[in-house]
Amino acid sequence: MSSGAELTSQEYIVHHLANLKVGEGFMAVHLDSLGWSIFLGLVFLTIFRSVAKKATSGVPGKLQCAVEMVVGFVDESVKSTFHGKNALIAPLSLTIFVWVLLLNSMDWVPVDLLPHLIHWVSGIPLGDIYMKPVPTADPNITFGLALGVFILIIYYSIKVKGMGGFMKELTTQPFGHWSLYPVNFILETVTMLARPLSLALRLFGNLYAGELIFLLIATIGLFQLPVHFLWAAFHLLVIPLQAFIFMMLTIVYLSLAHEDH
Amino acid sequence: MDINMTLIGQLIAFVVFVIFCMKYVWPPIIGAIEERQATIADGLAASDRAAKDLELAQEKAKSQLKEAKVQAASIVDAAKKHEAKIVEEAAGKAQAEKDRILAAGHAEIETERNRAKEELRAQVAVLAVAGAEKILERSIDAAAHSDILDKLVAEL
Repeated sequence: MSSGAELTSQEYIVHHLANLKVGEGFMAVHLDSLGWSIFLGLVFLTIFRSVAKKATSGVPGKLQCAVEMVVGFVDESVKSTFHGKNALIAPLSLTIFVWVLLLNSMDWVPVDLLPHLIHWVSGIPLGDIYMKPVPTADPNITFGLALGVFILIIYYSIKVKGMGGFMKELTTQPFGHWSLYPVNFILETVTMLARPLSLALRLFGNLYAGELIFLLIATIGLFQLPVHFLWAAFHLLVIPLQAFIFMMLTIVYLSLAHEDH
Repeated sequence: MDINMTLIGQLIAFVVFVIFCMKYVWPPIIGAIEERQATIADGLAASDRAAKDLELAQEKAKSQLKEAKVQAASIVDAAKKHEAKIVEEAAGKAQAEKDRILAAGHAEIETERNRAKEELRAQVAVLAVAGAEKILERSIDAAAHSDILDKLVAEL
């Protein structure tokens, strides 16, 4: 589906990659990314909370079974990697996994479906409708998640090792000699910063690329339907895998923060 | 890539969602799962125990059955022995009774015969006397000649 004969392919893609934005400069907010993100987060919490309220240790219902499968899967992943005692990591991992999974799943929504729905309901011309519904294809969303994880890494590093221990870890390795401590500090800081950066960029890159390919496919005319299907089927792999990687790396980074050298 | 307040909004939403999940979602669900796991583990252990108990009971029943069979055989054996003894005793008793009755019969017959002989003798004596009286045609003093008569009787 092309959104209008008057648009070239390039204009079509650029239009679809633009967010629904209010405000200017740094104070701007992407209403579509953040809106879908919060909406899907609430969907996750509503479903899981409704199960948690009625959770029974007897014979579980079908929804409870499904939720328990997810919870059990996350719990196992956490227990296989993180061996300390921490009441936050497991629910944090669950939130990340399910939420990111839902955010990524927006990639399956056909690229023109939402703009056309909005056009059909409100009558706003298609050219004025900006709707980029995949929140994880917006770097703000992935960096927001990664920043949260980064704050937790710093927090637990200092909490477990103490300020001195944390600084010692940053300066005394990999080189043991005191004259190389500044070099160590630079290296370790880069390592430290690379963690949230890689978390955010990996997720963003995968989903942005996926979205971009969907848009490219949408410009090729009639044959786009089977190609769309193939690309969407491929995302059966990408979407859960990226959610799982984000969760798993969060667990790994936090368990590294808990390790005392 | 334009970074803006969306990032902060996402961060705040993230913090709120994680805290909510930690307080109200994770504990009840994982609690239910762990409780059920414990129940299932208990159930499996109980069924294991029950199977072992059953095996033990079957073995016990088998050994008891065997014992009962042995006991029954010994009882039957004893009973047979007892029976044989009773039969033997009864046979012995019957034999003794028979002998006794036979002996009594014989004795009775003997006494009866003796009595008859005695009677016969006496009658013969009387007849002899009467015959002699008739032959002699005179009365013989029975009293005077009783010694002769007695001798005669004894010779009969």
